[in-house]
Amino acid sequence: MGAAHSASEEVRELEGKTGFSSDQIEQLHRRFKQLSGDQPTIRFPIRDPVCLIYLCSRHLEQCLAPRRNACRVAELLSLKENFNNVPDLELNPIRSKIVRAFFDNRNLRKGSSGLADEINFEDFLTIMSYFRPIDTTMDEEQVELSRKEKLRFLFHMYDSDSDGRITLEEYRNVVEELLSGNPHIEKESARSIADGAMMEAASVCMGQMEPDQVYEGITFEDFLKIWQGIDIETKMHVRFLNMETMALCH
Amino acid sequence: MALQMFVTLSPWNCLLLLVALECSEASSDLNESANSTAQYAPNAWFAAASSEPDERISVFELDFDYVQIPYEVTLWILLASLAKIGFHLYRRLPGLMPESCLLILVGALVGGIIFGTDHKSPPVMDSSIYFLYLLPPIVLEGGYFMPTRPFFENIGSILWWAVLGALINALGIGLSLYFICQVKAFGLGDVNLLQNLLFGSLISAVDPVAVLAVFEEARVNEQLYMMIFGEALLNDGITVVLYNMLIAFTKMHKFEDIEPVDILAGCARFVIVGLGGVLFGVVFGFISAFITRFTQNISAIEPLIVFMFSYLSYLAAETLYLSGILAITACAVTMKKYVEENVSQTSYTTIKYFMKMLSSVSETLIFIFMGVSTVGKNHEWNWAFICFTLAFCQIWRAISVFALFYISNQFRTFPFSIKDQCIIFYSGVRGAGSFSLAFLLPLSLFPRKKMFVTATLVVIYFTVFIQGITIGPLVRYLDVKKTNKKESINEELHIRLMDHLKAGIEDVCGHWSHYQVRDKFKKFDHRYLRKILIRKNLPKSSIVSLYKKLEMKQAIEMVETGILSSTAFSIPHQAQRIQGIKRLSPEDVESIRDILTSNMYQVRQRTLSYNKYNLKPQTSEKQAKEILIRRQNTLRESMRKGHSLPWGKPAGTKNVRYLSFPYGNPQSAGRDTKAAEFSDDDSSDPGSPSIMFSALSRIGSLQKQEAQEIIPMKSLHRGRKAFNSGYQRNTSQEEYLGGVRSVALRPKPLFHAVDEEARPDKQYHLLISMRTCC
Repeated sequence: MGAAHSASEEVRELEGKTGFSSDQIEQLHRRFKQLSGDQPTIRFPIRDPVCLIYLCSRHLEQCLAPRRNACRVAELLSLKENFNNVPDLELNPIRSKIVRAFFDNRNLRKGSSGLADEINFEDFLTIMSYFRPIDTTMDEEQVELSRKEKLRFLFHMYDSDSDGRITLEEYRNVVEELLSGNPHIEKESARSIADGAMMEAASVCMGQMEPDQVYEGITFEDFLKIWQGIDIETKMHVRFLNMETMALCH
Repeated sequence: MALQMFVTLSPWNCLLLLVALECSEASSDLNESANSTAQYAPNAWFAAASSEPDERISVFELDFDYVQIPYEVTLWILLASLAKIGFHLYRRLPGLMPESCLLILVGALVGGIIFGTDHKSPPVMDSSIYFLYLLPPIVLEGGYFMPTRPFFENIGSILWWAVLGALINALGIGLSLYFICQVKAFGLGDVNLLQNLLFGSLISAVDPVAVLAVFEEARVNEQLYMMIFGEALLNDGITVVLYNMLIAFTKMHKFEDIEPVDILAGCARFVIVGLGGVLFGVVFGFISAFITRFTQNISAIEPLIVFMFSYLSYLAAETLYLSGILAITACAVTMKKYVEENVSQTSYTTIKYFMKMLSSVSETLIFIFMGVSTVGKNHEWNWAFICFTLAFCQIWRAISVFALFYISNQFRTFPFSIKDQCIIFYSGVRGAGSFSLAFLLPLSLFPRKKMFVTATLVVIYFTVFIQGITIGPLVRYLDVKKTNKKESINEELHIRLMDHLKAGIEDVCGHWSHYQVRDKFKKFDHRYLRKILIRKNLPKSSIVSLYKKLEMKQAIEMVETGILSSTAFSIPHQAQRIQGIKRLSPEDVESIRDILTSNMYQVRQRTLSYNKYNLKPQTSEKQAKEILIRRQNTLRESMRKGHSLPWGKPAGTKNVRYLSFPYGNPQSAGRDTKAAEFSDDDSSDPGSPSIMFSALSRIGSLQKQEAQEIIPMKSLHRGRKAFNSGYQRNTSQEEYLGGVRSVALRPKPLFHAVDEEARPDKQYHLLISMRTCC
């Protein structure tokens, strides 16, 4: 009784924080559990072997207690990348960025830089809440606010080193990733595209440039300016209530 | 009497009249036996002339009968083509009214001439000729040029709308007219329910593709475009299926004989006919794709295979009373993807143009028939029937649009607004399809056929002229959401990223979107279908080896002229004091967009603009650029393999000087500025930074120069477009020349790239970027 009561309280709390309805929260919870393998948290997927070794060694220290050897090793071996449960994500050219976005402290509102090691369900919901459709009943200010939030999410995806600016290198990175799906495009052309885009951004944001001026990178305000003409509302949202259970059983 | 008239006229007048009369005779003679020609005056004249005993060998003879029919058909088609030329010469006209307006007018003109000179009833268009020869090209063309990706993304809505819309319209109009017919005052008592239903089904066949050109002018958004397109595509098939079914019902003579079993059977038949047709089409599509795999040595028969198989699918489906239209559509859609990769460049172009031509001819003929039959005595005007038909057409279309879209909007992420729905409602323009079906009603079953024909003609005229002309202004007035033609790459990039992000998030949260279906299909496609259907080794044509040397020479030349012309840069370009940053030229943006669109795996492609009556001119560019692509490929290969170019260090350290910054060495800065094609105040002020672009935009700016290297670069640049947008003929992977390229970067805040090398390297880099870029 108490447990159920606190669970629904939690749900209501989450509802309040993230704006999802209880149905959606439940569905997302199911999905979260599937992704995390019934663990309470999803760990940041390790792709870098060095990182892996480091983490392994960290676990190994704890494993040295003989009793816990077996289960720890199992845990070690199960240090799989949780987001591998999503096979279709493999095809996505920007998957690493997407996965990273889940662990980004800025998106989780936990800090201004860095990556979290793991996220719990509330964090998961926080990220998902960026993709809620903009409610038409909200007033102007709220619409503007939520639009800004979405754009900020996007901005963080570009700005991987959290310095508040999208530099040319980061931009190039993004474009290369975007085009990585096609083997016929070389990095060079991706770079050219990124360069061209940066040029354009500079022109939009800074207008006429003095000869000495250096365009350092796209700040968030500039980013907003670029996005002014495009309506993000219809693009950056996912219909959460339409999830089919079919998709959940792979 | 007529004979005397001819005899008295001067020879020239005679000839002119002869031409006009030929037309009339063509119409009369088509599908009629030759006996009837004897009644016509000119023939009588000739007959009179030849009936005289032949005493001498005549120096000048005329045998018109022999060529009459093809002669006159050709004249008709030519007349329509001339009219079309005139139509397009006046540039604003295509945007104002659909081209079918023009065709109808031409037809009416011909009909008028026939009527005026002949006083004979208009010609008969045979059912078999229409269904066997005139209809398939039109449908094939529609299926072949269909933009597949947007179509399949919206397929749910399109199917829902097209199928149910056609059914609702047909049944609604039929039933309402039946009730009208019951009213004694209108004198329509003898038109029974089945006939009304049949009429309803044929009058609901819309041909909105005709208005797509007008839409394009107004630049409506992609979704709207696709709905209309999809409706047009499927509508023909559904209507014909309904029509045939109801004809079969009508043939059962007694209305009372029809039991519920029959109706159920009819419904089941409807489904089977539709699906069976599609199945046939797909099978034939695969077969033809498979065969084109082996045709590399006789590429001249490739178009033949494509057309014959499509036609065969139509005929095979028709044999089994399945829907040939859906079969040929499915065949075209299936075949297109694989065939395009297998056939040679010229065959590809041939297929496209020939298809357009055939469909154009068919449509022209049908419209001319229609115009001819307008002007004649073949009418029965019944005010009530006609007015109510018109009214009901509009009413039922409105009902079906608003009801169906209301429902389907619940399931769409991108719902159609009321304005969109109004546009869809208003685009219900009837066309050749309805007319043909009305004309081909069997007279035995439909004693009041003339009334039906008249009513159909009125509806067609009304919709084509009045709706067709006013829909453009209406769209503009309603300010339907337009495609925002993105001019900037940034937007393009961001939107692509957004799409991918959205897809990724949907995947993460387990959202079953149709992307999954498409991905699964793509995997299946890649693993099995492509292996079977696509030609394996694209042949290395002899051109390649031939051009190898040329490329080398050209490369060397480019470098040399580059070195030499660098000093000359300053002078011509001093005039171009470009302040600030120039946006990339639209061509660059286009090419970038092409690159981006062709490489995004799931993101919906922008709908190709579709014009029913001609092809977009850019396709011709592709053909011309293939040679250049090949040349450029060989250059790349030779460079990669040979490293035989005598100059410079490997490219790894190269990069373009990006943005202005006070570079350490003013001298090199000066050199850089000189080398920059796109330079600001350059030579006069070597220290002043210039704004340079990277290689891609270089290409655009290179267009301004007179150096010889520009031309190939420019065309290569455009060749890039072609390269990306379809048949990628080289499958070689790109490698970096000379190993890893490392970008020498300054500390982060300044984003730029350092270009420190001497001139030759710059040119080398130019070459490389040209090579790798394209």
